[in-house]
Amino acid sequence: MQAMLAARDLACRRGERLLFRGLSLSLSPGEACHVAGPNGIGKTSLIRILAGLLRPFHGSVECRASIALLDERHALDPQVPLERALAFWSELDGSGAPLMEAHRERLGLAELADVPVRYLSTGQRKRAALARLLGQRAPVWLLDEPLNGLDTAGTELVETLIAEHRAAGGTCVVASHQPIRLAEVMRLEIADFAA
Amino acid sequence: MIGRLLLRDLALLMPGGRRGGALLPLLLFLAVAMIYPFAVGPDAPLLARTGGGVIWVAALLAAILPLDRLVAPDLEEGVFDQLAVRGVAEELAVAVRMLAHWLSFAPLLLLATLPAAALLGLEQETLRTVLLGLLAGTPGLAAIGVLIAALTASLRSGAALAGLLLIPLSVPILIFGAGALARPDGGGLAFAAAISLLLVAVTPFAAGAAIRAARES
Repeated sequence: MQAMLAARDLACRRGERLLFRGLSLSLSPGEACHVAGPNGIGKTSLIRILAGLLRPFHGSVECRASIALLDERHALDPQVPLERALAFWSELDGSGAPLMEAHRERLGLAELADVPVRYLSTGQRKRAALARLLGQRAPVWLLDEPLNGLDTAGTELVETLIAEHRAAGGTCVVASHQPIRLAEVMRLEIADFAA
Repeated sequence: MIGRLLLRDLALLMPGGRRGGALLPLLLFLAVAMIYPFAVGPDAPLLARTGGGVIWVAALLAAILPLDRLVAPDLEEGVFDQLAVRGVAEELAVAVRMLAHWLSFAPLLLLATLPAAALLGLEQETLRTVLLGLLAGTPGLAAIGVLIAALTASLRSGAALAGLLLIPLSVPILIFGAGALARPDGGGLAFAAAISLLLVAVTPFAAGAAIRAARES
């Protein structure tokens, strides 16, 4: 099967430090990859390289489908009610209001539609960002620490969402220092590629 | 898509908008026109001669007042990242932001020029030149604001650099825009419009590159 997301011989340099090199990755529909390693080893840099936001020092990334990115920055306007903040992205992505309402309901945000984003807790903001991710309907998910700030139920929900996404033919790269239960996941220890 | 970007930017930047885009630039503009006569004394010919230039300086200040709200918050919140992932170029986002910034201060500022001119005792002819000059120059001033905001957004001591950048960028447009007041023909206005156009054309590319460079830091 043709790879949806393929990276060849990636190397990443931040400042004077070479974080990793010789890292290759290939994901077909339905496959997932868990990028693991301690803080500061280059998990976020790898995700940003895969998303095309950071130029790799060496190597190339090829992606055959649209990408959805979830990271520590949620890109939801703090002063705006949650529903409106999400609506900006869902309109860009062409997802209708009923669909977004269903996503909010699923993520436990139904009661918070009128609350400005800055009043939400860390976990609620993460859930809101997950709603934005679902609304994007992109086949390739790049998740950077998706479990940060989430409670046990939230963690399980993320695991379920990833499983459903893969079952629907999507692919997913999860960077997390926390354990995350995913079936048949390819595990990538960045420490193995440290320069 | 451009429409949606513009609507969001306007909601953030317009007077009474969500990013605190208050009437402050406009009030500052009027305050300068009001205070200037007190500062130089009740010399009507002097006021009439220098008033046009004061309006220009006040307009420049109004254009750069919301500087820290133009680019930095979106950069920190990852909005440009999310747009880039969706294939929206930084150049486009910046061009839209520039238009929204212009709409948020320029039309009101042109209106406020009328009471300001009355306060400074400007003649009909001078007022006309000032208004035409501002119409030609304010897009350039908006471009300067967005450009400086993008260049300094990711820097810790951005405010100091912003002040330094403002001088070389704004001097040409002020020389010709305000200089048009001293010339009877329209040459100054044409030059101001040309520089304004140049700034508007260059800003999306320069600011877009600055936003991309900020990701690497």
